[in-house]
Amino acid sequence: MSGKYNLNHLKQLESESIHIMREVASEFERPVMLYSIGKDSSVMLRLAEKAFYPGKIPFPLMHVDTGFKFKEMYEFRDTYIKEIGAELIIYRNEKSISEKMNPYDYGTQKCCSFLKTQALVDSIRAMKFDVAFGGARRDEEKSRAKERIYSFRDESGQWDPKNQRPELWDIYNGKINKGQSIRVFPLSNWTELDVWNYIYLEKIPIVPLYFAKEREMVVRDGQLIPCDGPVPLGKNEKTTKIMSRFRTLGCYPCTGAIKSTAATVPDIIQEMMTVTISERSTRIIDHDAEGSMEDKKKEGYF
Amino acid sequence: MNIEEFLKNDAEKDLLRFSTAGSVDDGKSTLIGRLLHDSKQIYEDQLASVKKASGKINADLEIDFALVTDGLKAEREQGITIDVAYRYFSTPKRKFIIADTPGHEQYTRNMATGASTANLAIVLIDARNGVLTQSKRHAFISSLLGIPHMVVAINKMDIVNYSEEVFERIKKEFSEFASKLNIRDLHFIPMSALNGDNVVEPSPGNMPWYKGQCLMELLENIYIGSDRNLIDLRFPVQYVIRPTQDFRGYSGRVASGIIRKGDEIMVMPSMKKNRVKSIITFDGELNEAVVGESVTIALEKEVDISRGDMIVHPNNLPSCENHFEAMVVWMSEVPLDPAKSYHIKHTSNMTSISIDEIRYKIDVNTMHRLNTDSLTLNEIGRVVFSSRKKIFFDPYSKNKAVGSFIIIDKISNNTIAAGMILDRLSADKLPKKISRPAEASNYKNYRMVSTEEKSARYSQSPVTLWLTGLVSSGKREIAWKIEKELFDKGHSAIVMDASTIRSGICRELEFTQSDRTENIRRAAEISRMLNDNGLVSVCAFVSPDESVRKQLSSIIGQERFIEIYVKASLESCKKRNPAIYEKALSGEIENFTGVSAPYDEPVSPALTLNMNSMTVDEAAASVIDYMTKNSFIRN
Repeated sequence: MSGKYNLNHLKQLESESIHIMREVASEFERPVMLYSIGKDSSVMLRLAEKAFYPGKIPFPLMHVDTGFKFKEMYEFRDTYIKEIGAELIIYRNEKSISEKMNPYDYGTQKCCSFLKTQALVDSIRAMKFDVAFGGARRDEEKSRAKERIYSFRDESGQWDPKNQRPELWDIYNGKINKGQSIRVFPLSNWTELDVWNYIYLEKIPIVPLYFAKEREMVVRDGQLIPCDGPVPLGKNEKTTKIMSRFRTLGCYPCTGAIKSTAATVPDIIQEMMTVTISERSTRIIDHDAEGSMEDKKKEGYF
Repeated sequence: MNIEEFLKNDAEKDLLRFSTAGSVDDGKSTLIGRLLHDSKQIYEDQLASVKKASGKINADLEIDFALVTDGLKAEREQGITIDVAYRYFSTPKRKFIIADTPGHEQYTRNMATGASTANLAIVLIDARNGVLTQSKRHAFISSLLGIPHMVVAINKMDIVNYSEEVFERIKKEFSEFASKLNIRDLHFIPMSALNGDNVVEPSPGNMPWYKGQCLMELLENIYIGSDRNLIDLRFPVQYVIRPTQDFRGYSGRVASGIIRKGDEIMVMPSMKKNRVKSIITFDGELNEAVVGESVTIALEKEVDISRGDMIVHPNNLPSCENHFEAMVVWMSEVPLDPAKSYHIKHTSNMTSISIDEIRYKIDVNTMHRLNTDSLTLNEIGRVVFSSRKKIFFDPYSKNKAVGSFIIIDKISNNTIAAGMILDRLSADKLPKKISRPAEASNYKNYRMVSTEEKSARYSQSPVTLWLTGLVSSGKREIAWKIEKELFDKGHSAIVMDASTIRSGICRELEFTQSDRTENIRRAAEISRMLNDNGLVSVCAFVSPDESVRKQLSSIIGQERFIEIYVKASLESCKKRNPAIYEKALSGEIENFTGVSAPYDEPVSPALTLNMNSMTVDEAAASVIDYMTKNSFIRN
């Protein structure tokens, strides 16, 4: 369908995301890009490189680290960021980490709230960032369908769904008062397939955990729990090697794997197109309570 | 087809954005549910043919209508502003983004938001009810926001027995209404979203009389390539990239047109010419970049360009004005206050605006124009603005990307309105508001010498004698004579005319209509200050515009403003100053009042001085006489 001067949809999405990033870099004093090491972050990072080429990305990346990420994620983060020469800030809620916050003793919700949500809000306040880029997409989840590209947060980092600014054309309102901040989602209009296809066509490196391999797993409530660190085992539980991969990456105690043999990006896409579980369903945190995503967002989670 | 080919095909698809509007019960949810569900089905069928596709395909899924309707219900219960929801689906031919909005009048702003990025609008009509206000409103907003394609989906045909007659009747009624709107491409489809007739599959069984495309076929094939503006190059500079001392790149997204390597370009507002040295992207240099592409431009000559500037072709310039009018959709609970100033964001520019006039608002249900002095939430009106900085624009109808802007409240920082620039009148013809809001000058109470005491010293009432008339009609000479007469009698007056104030206080102003009006406004403000200090002010200005002169009395004060018409024939003026009239007649001076620009004769001046029969001295004497009679001067 693409004529001579028509941009295909990936090109349009890329161009839109770049436009958003440049707009933010122009209008804000202290932007930061949240980097979660996942596939969406990888795409966002590539788009940032493109937006400011031949210059360097004019803002730092920040990884809000819980200490519970997969080893392969840390390795990937450190080598890849060094390779592209970006500036990386690693922020951890050291107080809660030293108090041994963990999902086994305190529950996933509480753990997430301290190590992720709280850490994120604190880091933005501590380093006086006035805008943070996030890699969320509108097609991920029902409550995100109405999310703006510029998502306004009050002084305490909270989201007020009743008070969202209208967003027309590609004109973004970046006016904020001192102390307020916004979250910006340059991948809003990308779908999961778009992200994967872009990774494939642009040959963007991603964490190997996305690809199928034999991995040590515990099977619990029908979910595959990876044994990347010390996982407390139940009475009759034992670990087994299972050919599996991860559809999304988070903390190893709370991220389920799926049985899969997909070892390349095209394999993954093919698998994705034929399996009808929604993407976030392997993230245990979403099962805590009804509408939990919306509640977390109100608190300041992405 | 293998998976690699599938992915390549997928990447090459284009993108169609469409808007829908409607409430839960008119079948909108069912329609969207069916599009989302059936398109997935198509995909899965396609994938099943891909080798190795061994995953189980859920061919017998029930359509999850709840997925679509739940969002709305939840919002209603929680009292959240019902909003625009974006939904995504694709077929092997195209990728789609739906901007799904509620349809009631109180959601006009949401409809406008959804429509702002759409290529196509689906207007839903319930076949049982015919063309209702809600469908008309949606069609109107879609046309206002310039959506080029419209599909009228006449739904629930199953309930009217798939009657061709019903379809034709509704089609006729809607077409009549639509002829009043600006819709380029209009389609009608009879359908039953519930049963799937003419949504994704045609319906030869139930509606053999309908020979047109079904909705999905139309969505997949409608040609949108020509909707984009490939003619007028507009490249708003967003960001300047300077990685090293010797490289400067201007980043932005081509808003319209095509930019090519080697092109001669002009940079606004400096109007300096330059040439495109290279078009840079991360993936390599390009020979050309088209509307929608984000690129970085390097120029041959080193110049000072910053964010907000615009790169264009020198033979195709946009308007560059600080006076313009626009259709405005008001989106805030706080109504428009014509006395306030607001921020606007237009392309990559941010500036301040004030309101000159609200010409009318539109009743979105009847399309009638109504008089108003404000706009409230969801109201649409035609408004004249003045901006502090000049903006570079095309009319919205010609070029959406540089014809649109948002209005931002200066205190709350909220986006409170959306505007679409019109070009029905040139900036010169637009009304200009110069009168000021009622407050101001509350320092009066603290002054130790009052206006009354000062004017008592000069035995006069401080008035402004405003002399209006053609160029070289004798205004200035009369003014000087009045000054002299008053001085000799022991009074005190000050003369102001165009050349004195233009050489100093107004020296940055040009001779555009807007700047001339500003020149007059400043003179009026000074005159007010002089009067406040007990002095008589004698102003000699052509001031050709009746609507502007009318506003002077509100600045200066009605009881102090004395309008005096210095009436002279064009012939006698020419005699007084042949040189300047020669230039005006030859076109060397443009917009010359009485020759190439109109002069509005005063409707009810306090005094008319007929210079065809009077000398300057006689004219001045009659002014003094007038002042004495009205006790403006006392012995």
